[in-house]
Amino acid sequence: MSEHIMSSKLYYTIWIALLGLTVITAAVSFVDLGPFNTIVALVIATIKALLVVLFFMHVKYTSEKLTKIVIVSAIFWLFLLLALSMADYATRLLS
Amino acid sequence: MSDSPIAVEEHGPELRHHFVDAEQQRDAASLGMWLFLATEIMFFGGMFCAYLIYRYWYYNEFAAGSRSIDIYLGTINTAVLICSSLTVALGVRAAQMGKRKLLVTLLLITIVFGLAFLGIKGVEWYQKFEEHHVPGNSFNATDLEKPPYSHGEIDQRHEQIYFSLYFAMTGLHALHMIIGVGIFIFLTYYAWKGRYSPKYYTPVEIGGLYWHFVDIVWIYLFPLLYLIDRKPLR
Repeated sequence: MSEHIMSSKLYYTIWIALLGLTVITAAVSFVDLGPFNTIVALVIATIKALLVVLFFMHVKYTSEKLTKIVIVSAIFWLFLLLALSMADYATRLLS
Repeated sequence: MSDSPIAVEEHGPELRHHFVDAEQQRDAASLGMWLFLATEIMFFGGMFCAYLIYRYWYYNEFAAGSRSIDIYLGTINTAVLICSSLTVALGVRAAQMGKRKLLVTLLLITIVFGLAFLGIKGVEWYQKFEEHHVPGNSFNATDLEKPPYSHGEIDQRHEQIYFSLYFAMTGLHALHMIIGVGIFIFLTYYAWKGRYSPKYYTPVEIGGLYWHFVDIVWIYLFPLLYLIDRKPLR
């Protein structure tokens, strides 16, 4: 964690972006994009999560590399949980 | 700081003696919080995994259930949480600059946003109880619209799985919100007493990390529960 104090203007910019993305994701869900509805919704959610982590949670400005290792590891473990479970369920024949 | 073991440095009471300096103490606290959040990701991850598997199996029931929950209240609640995250971020900034009154005000606004979120969530849950969409003996989802591309009737048991996950996931999230409000009441009290200064504001910072994390969980819950299939029915 650094002593870096971010300008409040940047916080307001991120806030407006998050609100805008929320309205966009809700509006786009009413448009028929076929299978891409889910993809668009998840991409927007990930952009929002990234904005919160990088700016509100100060990860962009942290000097502590261990914090970043913990975050990347946590996402990797979650990916393992989801990917290996789905590899099982999606390939098994259940009648 | 000197490497000599007999060096004695003047420091405030906030620095525990087993840390070299305030920065190391802050980094340790922050890392501990991030490790806790990593376990929280796995905690919620189990539910997201269950959601993924059942959505893969029973997509039509999930789409029909998703249509029946109130997208407007859901969107408003997302905005409420985003606003609360802004006030938390500005609150940490106020603590960094030693503005006590501003910090207390922002923490109080955050608590109000948190309670507003829980209130709106309560209204949504109440609607579901009235519509008999709560899994259990009185569950009845025959009123749900069937997606046009689906074949056959909606399976009531599969529909209950969607609503079980809806209540479990939003319930677990709401529990985190309640704990978050508790933490922020604690922070507000000590901020008002003047415990935090630009030299020592770690509790505000890591309490803020927790709040932002709960916000991120909702950022994913919103599209996964509310926006599965909102395409116009024909």
